[in-house]
Amino acid sequence: LFLSYLFPFDGLLCMLLGISFTLWFTLLLIFIIVPAVFGVSFGIRRLYMKSLLKIFEWATLRMERGAREKNQQLYKPYSNGIIAKELVSLEQEIQEVRRSGIPAPEPEFDMSDIFSFCRRGVESIVDDEVTKRFTAEELESWNLLTRSNYNFHHISTRLTVLWGVGVLVRYAILLPLRVTLAFTGVGLLVVLTSLIGLLPNGWVKSSLSEKAHLMCYRICVRALTAIITYHDSENKPKNGGICVANHTSPIDVIILASDGCYAMVGQVHGGLMGVIQRAMLKACPHIWFERSEVKDRHLVAKRLSDHVADKTKLPILIFPEGTCINNTSVMMFKKGSFEIGCTVYPVAIKYDPRFGDAFWNSSKFGMVNYLLHMMSSWGVVCSVWYLPPMRREEGEDAVQFANRVKAAIARKGGLADLLWDGGLKREKVKKVFKEEQQKMYSKVLVGTAACFWAFTHCALSETILCTLLHDKSR
Amino acid sequence: MGSRASSLLREEDIEEIKKETGFSHSQITRLYSRFHSLDKGENGALSREDFQRIPELAINPLGDRIINAFFPEGEDQVNFRGFMRTLAHFRPVEDNEKNKDPNSGEPLNSRNNKLLFAFRLYDLDRDDKISRDELLQVLRMMVGVNISDEQLGSIADRTIQEADTNGDMSISFSEFIKVLEKVDVEQKMSIRFLH
Repeated sequence: LFLSYLFPFDGLLCMLLGISFTLWFTLLLIFIIVPAVFGVSFGIRRLYMKSLLKIFEWATLRMERGAREKNQQLYKPYSNGIIAKELVSLEQEIQEVRRSGIPAPEPEFDMSDIFSFCRRGVESIVDDEVTKRFTAEELESWNLLTRSNYNFHHISTRLTVLWGVGVLVRYAILLPLRVTLAFTGVGLLVVLTSLIGLLPNGWVKSSLSEKAHLMCYRICVRALTAIITYHDSENKPKNGGICVANHTSPIDVIILASDGCYAMVGQVHGGLMGVIQRAMLKACPHIWFERSEVKDRHLVAKRLSDHVADKTKLPILIFPEGTCINNTSVMMFKKGSFEIGCTVYPVAIKYDPRFGDAFWNSSKFGMVNYLLHMMSSWGVVCSVWYLPPMRREEGEDAVQFANRVKAAIARKGGLADLLWDGGLKREKVKKVFKEEQQKMYSKVLVGTAACFWAFTHCALSETILCTLLHDKSR
Repeated sequence: MGSRASSLLREEDIEEIKKETGFSHSQITRLYSRFHSLDKGENGALSREDFQRIPELAINPLGDRIINAFFPEGEDQVNFRGFMRTLAHFRPVEDNEKNKDPNSGEPLNSRNNKLLFAFRLYDLDRDDKISRDELLQVLRMMVGVNISDEQLGSIADRTIQEADTNGDMSISFSEFIKVLEKVDVEQKMSIRFLH
């Protein structure tokens, strides 16, 4: 008898669940998937972005108020630097001591030389140009994510409630929605490209492949709630060229590929990635390398040149830094892609850190962890600038060309232009750089004016490496 | 991602460090954040490998000696207090004018202490004398392979001759101070910390 009372409720419950699921999926379809297919937007994401910004500002103001009441200071990240460094190069500093006296006939060692080396060493311990590029950027205002808060003791109850609501919204509503979309996007990509692969090569196949790729990438963009602003689209990469961009995270690929069609370059992976790679390859030519082939530079260069020579093939997308940098700077570009001798289309990508940190610290987090982290943030806001195409000029070698492109990208994206190698994230710096320093000091000591490098107001590391990279490429 | 750096540093600790080193509140929190970012093992102390990971320091010919200066005798780890105490040597001298406390003793960034810091870079065995060997070692670190042993030896000899006043063929701390009395140590051994 008791059980018979339960059954009608059970049925009601099932019906309710069924209705809410259908409603959910219909909404999903109408507001997200269909616009993605056709490449239009309702502007929901921008509205979302604006309201979030207002909430963040309010939160920061409240924290400041809380801090002021307790008569303490809010922790502000060192956006202007902890120290002010000298603009004089090390060599000039050591020379100054000697210039003040009479030129000595024999090498003079000044015991104060050690001071300059010592001070610069300690300066680099306090603030150096490289290590800070491999950790997430610090923010001025709090964006309601625990991970980026340094002022715990200033949070009032109201803010904690807001933060709690934020967590609920992000993990219970946004995350499942985004995961569903991500699976839809990737699934569709694999299925569609496999189907298109069955068609004979020709105009129909490539056009359908383009549409399929674009559609799936757009769904993925929505899966991340990415709000992207594209600038200067008239400079978009064309067939037979190479597109180079600064690298912050694997999402860069999705961001660029949702606005244009590219041939991807990369290593063949196993597992799910491998399945996706093989499927994509069926629809249009991408360049996937076996692990063993990656070491062979000539093979790589040949395959790339063959691809660009064929004007029917899509432009290649390459990230010359070789690793993810935290989007405050652009690091050394590997010269491989610049030796090929075709048109280079530079692209600058700058993320807005207020909504979620897009940088992938691959030494700390794995790919899945990273993606989950991205999908449970508020979203990704970024700007993409398409720069005018560049070609290698007469008398310019690959390294100089690479540096020229890098400087243009850094300038456009508002990033620092560094000569340090992104590989320093994992590897030790090469001994040869220290040897260059020693050589420089020896010359000052022994007094040969033969090779006096005329440095202007550059920091030590930049100038030494500038000439070094120049020499090494020859 | 992101560090909880400043929340791990208590107000009492900040006050103590302020008294001992003379850094301001905001400077201490920023330096703590830096300390934390260098501390890859996240155990509240830095090891020699943590320092060597800084490329600009790794290419400095005196890099290893400078790193050594941070570690107390025989220890492999330096905590934040020790880190700050060493950095305090590089505070500009003018900054002391604000916190003149007659009972606090000689501040860490006095001219004398700066010179002592540099002296200790040469004097490895801490016997308060720079011997010819110790001088040669430092010279060799700074010039690498570019100068011959004989030439380097004569440079070292000449330097000791000029500085040595009591004829013991080594440079004591007072002789060191005398040689450098015309040098603007305060400026050369100071780092401009922003407030």
